[in-house]
Amino acid sequence: MGSTFALAGGVAQLFPASVNFRVRASLWTLAIGAVVLSIVAVASSRSDWSTGQGRATAQPVQFSHAHHVGGVGIDCRYCHRSVDTEAFAGMPSTQTCMHCHSQLWTEAAMLAPVRQSWANGRPLRWRRVHDLPDFAYFDHGAHVQAEVACSTCHGEVERMALTVQAAPLTMRWCVDCHADLPARYGLPAQLSCSTCHR
Amino acid sequence: MSTITAAITGWVRDPQRKLAWRVAMGIASLGVLVLFVAIGWLFVAGVGVWGVGSPVSWGIAISSFVWWIGIGHAGTLISAILLLCRQRWRNPINRFAEAMTLVAIVCAAMYPLLHLGRPEYFYWLIPYPSTYAYWPQFRSPLVWDMFAIGTYGVVSLAFWYLGLIPDLATMRDRATGRRARVWALLALGWRGSATQWFHHRQAYNLLAGLATALVVSVHSVVSFDFAVTLLPGWHSTVFPVYFVAGALYSGMTMLLILLIPLRAWFGLHDFVRPRHIELCARLVLVAGLFTAYGYFAEQLFGWYAGDLSSVALVRSHSFGHSAPLYWTVIALNVGLLQLLWVARVRRNTWALFSIAVGINVGMWLERYLIVIDSLERGFLPSGWGEYTATIWDWATLLGSFGLFAAFMLLFIRFVPMISMTEMRELLVEDDGDAG
Repeated sequence: MGSTFALAGGVAQLFPASVNFRVRASLWTLAIGAVVLSIVAVASSRSDWSTGQGRATAQPVQFSHAHHVGGVGIDCRYCHRSVDTEAFAGMPSTQTCMHCHSQLWTEAAMLAPVRQSWANGRPLRWRRVHDLPDFAYFDHGAHVQAEVACSTCHGEVERMALTVQAAPLTMRWCVDCHADLPARYGLPAQLSCSTCHR
Repeated sequence: MSTITAAITGWVRDPQRKLAWRVAMGIASLGVLVLFVAIGWLFVAGVGVWGVGSPVSWGIAISSFVWWIGIGHAGTLISAILLLCRQRWRNPINRFAEAMTLVAIVCAAMYPLLHLGRPEYFYWLIPYPSTYAYWPQFRSPLVWDMFAIGTYGVVSLAFWYLGLIPDLATMRDRATGRRARVWALLALGWRGSATQWFHHRQAYNLLAGLATALVVSVHSVVSFDFAVTLLPGWHSTVFPVYFVAGALYSGMTMLLILLIPLRAWFGLHDFVRPRHIELCARLVLVAGLFTAYGYFAEQLFGWYAGDLSSVALVRSHSFGHSAPLYWTVIALNVGLLQLLWVARVRRNTWALFSIAVGINVGMWLERYLIVIDSLERGFLPSGWGEYTATIWDWATLLGSFGLFAAFMLLFIRFVPMISMTEMRELLVEDDGDAG
């Protein structure tokens, strides 16, 4: 059995005996490689690298929730005004910042982009940290009305110097809660496709 | 014995046949080019370039898919069922029929993938550990399709390759240098020892058993795409039988369409005897009569059930909206078939070839009728509409013929198109009988 390929040529030897090993090794490598590759693919699709969980997004102003929420104690809704009524939570306008910062830290270098925006009337371009795909319909209002706490999805924002993505935002993460609504919130489970994909 | 090998592999050295092969390959490549352009434009512009929409969401892409998958069934019937029944007349044609099956599966599988609209997400049909917390919809026939055709493809390939191994070893022993080494790798170290033959036989028969189930299961599952859907003319229990019979019918005729010219072209008369052709013609007759029974059953169910929409469909077929198409199908698939009762027709290759072409066109039209007509005339008259195939539909169909021809030409050029091993066996066994 050991010299299957070496004998293959009949009279003349087509291959040296080492080919037996090399052919078998290649076939095993292919098979094991396919298994390893699938494990890597499945694992990486759940990893932070793929979902973005724990990732901070660069913002035009280095805004600290830890200071404003944890330290000063400002309510979420002071800046995210429409969070309990509309699909979009709302991002603070420059005017909202200037309520305080026209009096406080008026010369701070960190706030230069805010003053610039105030002067030229061009809004600050805040970047979304929790970015759902466009084919998923999400309504902040519905969730807040159902008494889902902000921190359930956004984490302990009051401790975040830089705002990071607190949840993996995979469909499984959404569905796990939607299936568990009766136990968690005393509401019927929401598992119809069209609840989120409209 | 060496004459057999020379006759089967030697044509490559004949300059005239070589030229003919090149011309044929050139034409087939043009077809492949058309296919690439059609698919490219589909990817750029979306499935809307096909004439599909509402209410006809399945166009000729799906009817061609059903037709192509059916073509493959003849190969499996010949290689698996006839092997298990020890019908030795299959030997000169099984390699060829199996290759036809493989290529037809490729042509067929292409269509549903393109039809997805976002073909890059085809793997969503496969149950893999995803991050969605949802499995594919196992109640959907599209998922069954994926399993049925996937299994069919894998088993057919394994079966074909396993049968090829001894012949690959023959090619290795006759070649020199680099070619010999390529053949040797493909032959997987075949030496023809008694132990190897023993294992080979076991594996071959085992795979034949598996493939036998597939002859029936694959096209049954394809028929479920229609039968589990609530549309007049589709929601019928006769569909699996009707589809399998139709598959064998179109497959056997396709085999004749390919076999008759190739036999003449490559001078294979010594291997593919008139008897083999005639037996194929008889199988066509059997499959055709089963299919004809399907047409009869459709009419009968419409009449017997008395359901408003079934009756409307039968009427539409017989006298109304799709009567011209329906009667063309009947004329080609049932009328033309009756000629095969006559032994002289079965033995006349010209007549047989023309009949086979006619029937295969009829089978394609039948698939068209099933897919399009029911969608055009659903339960609600307010949802009725007409379907017209666009130039891109036809380009894709034409292209799939090109792809089929190109693969078949590559096959006859590089692979022994008749099993040399089995032909030698026949020779030895026949000598034994004579002695």
